[in-house]
Amino acid sequence: MAEIIAAALVNGLLTGGVYALVALGLTLIYGVLHIVNFAHGSLLMVAMFAAWLLAAQGGIDPYLALPLVAAFMFGVGWALYRFVIGRVSHGEDRAILLATLGVAVVLDNLALVIFTGDTRQLETDLTFRVWEVGPLLVSVPKVISFVVSLLLAGALWAFMARTDTGRAIRAVAREPDGARLMGIRPDRIFALAYGIGIACLGAAACLLLPTFYVSPSVGNVFVLVAFTIVVLGGMGSFPGAVVGGLLIGVTESLGGLLLGESLGPIGISLVFIAVLLLKPTGLFGSVR
Amino acid sequence: MTDKTRPDAARLSRRAALATGAATLALPLVARAQAPVVKVGLIHPVTGALAGAGQRCRMGGQMAITDINAAGGIKAMGGAKLEALLGDAQGRPEIAASLVDQMAEAGASGFTGCFASALGLAATQAAAKYNIPFSIDSGIADALTTRGLKNVFRFFPNNTTATTDAMAALDQINRKAGSPAKTAVIVHEDSEFGTNSAKLQAAALPKIGIEVKALIPHATPTRDFTNIVLRIKSEKPDLVVITNYENEYVLLARTLVQQRVDLVSTFSISGGGFSLKFAKEAPAVAENMIDFNHWYNPKDPRALAFRKRIEDSGQIFSWEYPFGYFAVRLLADAWERAGSADKDKTIAALAASTFSDHFMPYGPTKFTDGQNAGSHPVALQIQKGDIKVIWPEAFADAPAVFPRPKA
Repeated sequence: MAEIIAAALVNGLLTGGVYALVALGLTLIYGVLHIVNFAHGSLLMVAMFAAWLLAAQGGIDPYLALPLVAAFMFGVGWALYRFVIGRVSHGEDRAILLATLGVAVVLDNLALVIFTGDTRQLETDLTFRVWEVGPLLVSVPKVISFVVSLLLAGALWAFMARTDTGRAIRAVAREPDGARLMGIRPDRIFALAYGIGIACLGAAACLLLPTFYVSPSVGNVFVLVAFTIVVLGGMGSFPGAVVGGLLIGVTESLGGLLLGESLGPIGISLVFIAVLLLKPTGLFGSVR
Repeated sequence: MTDKTRPDAARLSRRAALATGAATLALPLVARAQAPVVKVGLIHPVTGALAGAGQRCRMGGQMAITDINAAGGIKAMGGAKLEALLGDAQGRPEIAASLVDQMAEAGASGFTGCFASALGLAATQAAAKYNIPFSIDSGIADALTTRGLKNVFRFFPNNTTATTDAMAALDQINRKAGSPAKTAVIVHEDSEFGTNSAKLQAAALPKIGIEVKALIPHATPTRDFTNIVLRIKSEKPDLVVITNYENEYVLLARTLVQQRVDLVSTFSISGGGFSLKFAKEAPAVAENMIDFNHWYNPKDPRALAFRKRIEDSGQIFSWEYPFGYFAVRLLADAWERAGSADKDKTIAALAASTFSDHFMPYGPTKFTDGQNAGSHPVALQIQKGDIKVIWPEAFADAPAVFPRPKA
């Protein structure tokens, strides 16, 4: 039994890494634009299809395609904000929220038209590679996705803390009017932040593809858990997204093991409620 | 979320259907001298979550219409040509039913459809109001033909047949190999579909000498199967019996391979993810997986020619194509026998039908209360990237790989 618990723990941590990356994009967008991006799941699906197409049609390994897909998704996010979400919202939060919902509906149905409802998958050289750690068989692609997710989270944090653009993003997030007086153009920063948030999904998609499937509804599989992580970790907080992601990954895995896979998901809700009762702003959230 | 777009789509299709209706009503005036036309309503979900499968059924139906017309139409009706009325049920029963109303108005003499049982239940009931014959293509629920509707016929097997036959198949395959499978773990999704099927299997497996060690339910979607596979591993079963939908089927199969679970085999009934697409996309995982499902008779050259036709059009073959195809051919055969498209005569001809011009692995066609008693699914196994029939022997094109070779 100890062996199975150890395996579940490791597996939960590894899965949590990718959750963290998906949540990172969401928390960045929330932190800067102060809206919940309803199109997050659909854009993850778009990124996964992009990575899948590159691999299935172009023969490019998803790991090699990662920078390409992340850059592509940055472009998609930036353009979506610049030409759709920003335009229709006129700076009103409510309207931005509805605009992202509209984008989600359009993307989901476009994917159904183009790819039909079928599930697709990919077998790469690494799909079945495992490391034998004692009695445990640890999936190599999951270790890769865990490590890369944490590295990307660190890089994103450094970018926000150390670069001028990062400072500008944080300035706009805190005080848009003050930032404008300093010569920063908030609409550009919003588009940039949205683009970076969506680029995280591009990376997550490439890391998920070797061990997961892709279908037009695949975004829904991750988006709810990402929302939970963002709130749990503290809305807008980077360390919150990472710790929250790992915590949810482990909770889900152990919950599934101890309570059964049907009842297991309530473990996530229990942790979620407990954290919010003790610290309503989330683990790393601050009161503004 | 997607609901927002649907009313518009529904309005459009209604408008389109009205236009088609008007056009078809006007047509006889212009074309009086030509052979009469028999209209067939093809109702499938060609948009929405079931779109892929619905489109395949529709394409099968359209191929049948093309073939019948090319061979001279319904000869007993002076070479009457078939004409398709196409309807998109969008995965919604109420739309399937309203399409029946629209097509009845447009002069449909028969219907085929609807891929999913839920759509079929609504559409057949609507067609019963007009007493228009309905030939089910896919839709396995027993209830499609057990509600006493005289106009409904299913050439293909129902759920009860599938479950009973599946256990017989597993038993014979196991015995032939010297009964290497003595224990099983059942993994099922936890809604009504998976839970009920798992209960039936748990009751039936001991009767064929296979002890059920555990039933493991899981939610849909489940993102990770490692825990479940570790539990399976700790039970050390010979067989894993899987009942779930496509995404989870694929993930579970993959995790079983990755965690190196030593099994005699895996077995599923109408397995959600078992297809040629799966065999081609995940060859290492799919190899030697067994499913009890619909397929053609691989010993019939017409079946292979049919499959080639689908593949030549750039599609991956699946059983939905012949289902759509023969649902239409069954109707056409009845019109040929009745010598008319009169509703009562067609229904009488269907009830007495001995339709045999097909390549399905079935016995003689005999309808009992609308269900073809001669239809049966077969046991299939993925071998070297292709799907082979391994049971019953009369139709098998490959011996079963059972137990599967050790990794």
